[in-house]
Parts: sequence; C-alpha cells; structure tokens
Amino acid sequence: MKRFLGFVKKEFLHIFRDYRTMIILFGIPAAQILLFGFVVRTDLQNARIAFLDLSKDELTLKISDKICSSGFFTREANLMSYKDVDKALRGNRIKAVVIFEENFSRKLTGEGKAAISIITDGSEPNMATLTTNYITAIVTDFNSEAVGTAAAGALLVQPEVSMFYNPSLKSQFMFVPGVITLIMILICALMTSITITREKEFGTMEVLLVSPLKPVQIVLGKVIPYFILSVVDVILILVLSWLVFGLPVRGSLALLLAEAMLYILMSLSLGILISTVARTMQQAIFISLVGMMLPTILLSGFIFPIENMPEVYGWISAILPPRYFIVIIKDIMIKGTGFLYVWKETLILVLFTLVFIGLAIRNFKIRLQ
Amino acid sequence: MMALNDISFDVNQGEIFGFIGPDGAGKTTLFRILTTLLLPDEGEVTLMGLDCRTGFRELRKNIGYMPGRFSLYMDLSVEENLNFYATVFGTTVKENYGLIQDIYSQIEPFKNRLAGKLSGGMKQKLALSCALIHKPELLVLDEPTTGVDAVSRSEFWEMLKKLRKYNITILVSTPYMDEAMQCDRVALFQEGKILSIDEPDKIRDGFRRKLFSVKASDRYKLITALRNFPGTVSAYPFGDSVHVTFTGDELDRSVYEYLDQTGIHDVLIHETRAGIEDRFLELMEQGIRHKAQGIRDKVGEVK
Repeated sequence: MKRFLGFVKKEFLHIFRDYRTMIILFGIPAAQILLFGFVVRTDLQNARIAFLDLSKDELTLKISDKICSSGFFTREANLMSYKDVDKALRGNRIKAVVIFEENFSRKLTGEGKAAISIITDGSEPNMATLTTNYITAIVTDFNSEAVGTAAAGALLVQPEVSMFYNPSLKSQFMFVPGVITLIMILICALMTSITITREKEFGTMEVLLVSPLKPVQIVLGKVIPYFILSVVDVILILVLSWLVFGLPVRGSLALLLAEAMLYILMSLSLGILISTVARTMQQAIFISLVGMMLPTILLSGFIFPIENMPEVYGWISAILPPRYFIVIIKDIMIKGTGFLYVWKETLILVLFTLVFIGLAIRNFKIRLQ
Repeated sequence: MMALNDISFDVNQGEIFGFIGPDGAGKTTLFRILTTLLLPDEGEVTLMGLDCRTGFRELRKNIGYMPGRFSLYMDLSVEENLNFYATVFGTTVKENYGLIQDIYSQIEPFKNRLAGKLSGGMKQKLALSCALIHKPELLVLDEPTTGVDAVSRSEFWEMLKKLRKYNITILVSTPYMDEAMQCDRVALFQEGKILSIDEPDKIRDGFRRKLFSVKASDRYKLITALRNFPGTVSAYPFGDSVHVTFTGDELDRSVYEYLDQTGIHDVLIHETRAGIEDRFLELMEQGIRHKAQGIRDKVGEVK
C-alpha cells in the first residue's frame, strides 16, 4: 500500500510540475466555458427580428409588443408578404421572422387557437435555437396571462417553429454538456495514455516492470490522480457555467456527478487501452486525438445532430461512448430527468468501461515487446 | 533476425562481470532477458536459483537494474527520484543509506535540483543510487558509462569496486574496451555470440603473436601504408599508435625502408603487450575467416 501511495504521489508531482498538463487540465475547460458563456450572453441582447402581421389586430400587436419589450429582441422591420421573409433573412441582420396568421384574433376567440410561425435562420443553429426558445417562452407566457382573463376556456396561441436552411435541426442548448463530454475524453484518454507511454519512451517503464509493483498498481496509480482531477474539473465547469451564464442543473446534481464519474472511468480505461497499444507518446496523442477527439466533436451529437447524419455515420456514432454521455448529461442538466430516463445509456457506458478495462488488462505487458 | 545465438556462461556471486562489445552486439537484449523483461525464445536462464520464466516475480525483488538510458524522472528532483524508487521497492532511503552513501553523498548537495538539470555524470550516480537503494543481490548495469565524461567514468568504476564488499553480483556492459580491465571477468560479445569469456588478463594473454606498436606523426597515412606493406598480417589503430603483427611473428626490418619510401620518416616501433581490444579484433577476424571458409566449403560442395 505504501508502495502504491508513493507511486500516486509521484504522479501528482508529474502533473503539478508540468505547466502544459495544468493548462490542459484547468485552463482549457475554463477558457471554453468562458468563451461559450460570453458568446451566448451577448447574442441574445436585442436580437433583430422582423414581423409579418397578416391580421394586424389588437392581439397580434399585443404579442409583438410583448416580444419586443422583453429586452431580448428589437423590431427591425415589418414585412408585407411571405415573399419578403426570405429576403429579410438573407440580409443576415434579421435573426428571425415572426408571422401571425390571418384573422388571428378571430380564430383565437372563435376556435380557441391561432398560430404564430417563427422562422429562423438555420445556418446559425445556436442563434436559431435560442431565438425560438425565447419567443416560444414569451408566447407561452402570453397564453397563461390570456387564460386568466378570458371568459371561456383556454385560449391557445400555438407557435409553429420552422427553420430555414436547416429545417430539422433539433440542437438543444448544449455547450456545457458538450464541453464536459469533450474535455473529459481529452483529459482522461489523452493524458493517461500519454503518461503511460511517456514511461515507456523514457525507459523508466523498464525499471517499473522490474520493480515489485504489480501492473494493476502501476495502472491504478496512473489513473487515480487523473480521476480526482477530472471530477474537480467537472465541478469547476458546472460552477463556472452557472456563474457565467446562469445555467442551472435542473436534475439531480448527485446523479449528474455519479454519471460523470462513470464517464470519467470509462475514458480512463480507454486511455489505458490506448497506452497498451501505443509505443510512443506521439502514437498515443495521434490515437487519442484522431481516434477519439474528432469523432467526439463531429459524430457524438455535440455539434451536429445525429438525426441529420447519413445512416452510416449514425452507426459509427453508436460505437462512440461520448454519444451516450451527451444524452445522459443533457437529460439531467437541461431536461431535468431522473435516472429512469437514462438507465439505458448508463448501462451502455458501464459495458464500454468493462470492455475497455478487460482489453487493457489483457493487453498490458508485464514484459517488454 | 536473431539477437542472441548459442551463448552460455556462468557468473559467480559477488563478481563484477563485464560484457564487452560494439553497439548492436546484443548486450541490451541479453540484459533484458536477465532482468526478466524479455523471454528467450529458447534456452535456460537461471539467476539466484530461480528460472527467468517461472520465478520472475521473486527475481524482480532482488534485481537492481539500470537501463541504457538512465531511468530517472527528469521532472522530479534528485531526492524525489531516490525516495520514489525506495518506496516502490518497499524500503526507505534511511534503511539502506550506508550502501549508497559513497555514491549519493557526491550528489546530495544538489538534492533539490531536478534530475533533468543534472550533468551526465551526476545522472549516472543518481541512477546507480536508485538501482541500489533496495539492496539487490544482482545489479545489472546496461552501458552505465556511455555518454559520460572520462573522469566520471573512472570514478564510476571505483564505486562499483567498493560495492564488492556487500557481495553484490554486478553485470555490466560497455562498448569501451579499456573498461574491460576493471572487471573480474569479461565476455567478449559480437553479433549475438560470445567470442571469449575469461579474466581480462587471460584474455590479453590469449593473444599469442608478437605485437608491435608503430607511431608516426601522420597516423592516417601510416595505417594505410602499413596495410599495404606485404609483410603485414594485421594493422589496427590504437590510441595514437597503430598495432601491427607481421608474418613470421617477428619485426620485419624492411618495414622501415618501405615506410620511408612512402614518405613517412619519423617512425617509432617497439614491441608491446596486447590489450583486450587487440584480442577482440583478432577473435573477430578469426570468426570472419571461419565464416568465409564455411561459405567457401559450401560453394565447393555445390560444385
């Protein structure tokens, strides 16, 4: 045990002495969150929108005033016909067009419902999501106020959201979950595989193998410091994203941390597996970056929704563990769902972890090749 | 590609046993087998009564190993390196300080310096301290003096000799022929084969021909001329002179005249005692001749 603790201590020294490691561990996550937080915050102040009011009655004026007085939007233009919508969006200044259908007021009082169309510029997916979310929220707000005043039954204004240029985009507000997913894979898989291959490259692994340390102790000794630091990192990211752009964790924080730890464990075992295959640090970096980072960014649903991918990419993404973690973390953080909704994904992550650990143990050499 | 082929040797407890041979001779491969880091394809290796295949767990506790590249953590300080190896091998620096005192005391003033910032000689001393800290019965040193200055090299051998009193068996490899004299016994190594095993002096005595040291100011011109001289059997550079044997095993007086004609006028020749290197080169040449003869025989058979 003393042996093992000595080894863990040495690993911590390696990490704290190397400023590059420290930057990757704490600088990059903080920078990413701050960057995203900053961008998101400025985006939704006075976003320019246009209205196409086909009925021009009391209610439509009320709703459009409510939208514009929220502080999130400013009225840039009033359009005259559907033909102008495309032109307005192509001008790039207008982020969304809100359309009230004809006879809005009459429909609402007569049939109990009327439609508002929100058309956004899908070529800026995050902006588009934000705009629709905010407008929808404002209209919902209006609905609940209207219910209180109306004499009979529920009046319903139904927002119909559609996006131009990228119509089926379903991306949620997912930077923080995405950053956590990405950073954890980066730190855990990349850093552990580097630290183990570094011992191989510098020849210190030869002596460690000759020592009475068991392979399990060597591997665990490498993994534990990164496990602890990664958990700290997750907490850091959550706190920062809460402070900077007020993103709360809607679901259970304990569940979120538990799932994050499972994901970290999975990434660490992947890192060990990589290190048993790679002989040099360069190989380890290459496998981690090209083999893990890029697929995570491109195929896990972090940026591009899996639903929009050609089928083949969907299959590839099915074997990428981050894909499942993104679902889990989004559900817990944004939708606020509980374990019952994510147990399938959790089980898949557990299976990935077991497979990686099994392969890593089988591949770990107690001798040199 | 076979790194080691048909080798067999015994090492006595407590002796300094040297493996002498050029780069690529197979010394590192042999050491990795002896330290249980590699498995031999065939053959038997028994160390301290344990088989290298089955007893490797037990063996690993008793071996101190210093690989060719000093296995130090460059981002840890001198003291941290030593403490780390002590803990990993289940001991403390205090417990075995006596064993490494002579060596470690020389670098102790720099104990807070990072290992990466040490000179080659100091790295070597630290690596040796780390390899010794758990008081192993067998110390395996792979080219410990490569890349280290001459003063540090001779200091290092003095330190190894001092370790004799602890009855530690030391296996050491080196590409430097002059270091062979420091060992109790040496094995001359070439292309995965052992050419000869004996005490260094006996290996020198194995050189039976009369050897002459030839000196002149232009050594390059001298060696070419000597190799062209019809009476020369062999001529190899050795320090600032050339070691030569002649046909008939006597000094061929006509060599003076020959060299004079080629424009070398300041020749000094005297008989000398063969060193390890001379014997090594002789054995190598015999091996090549032997091989060549074998090929000739085979060609003959085909005809």
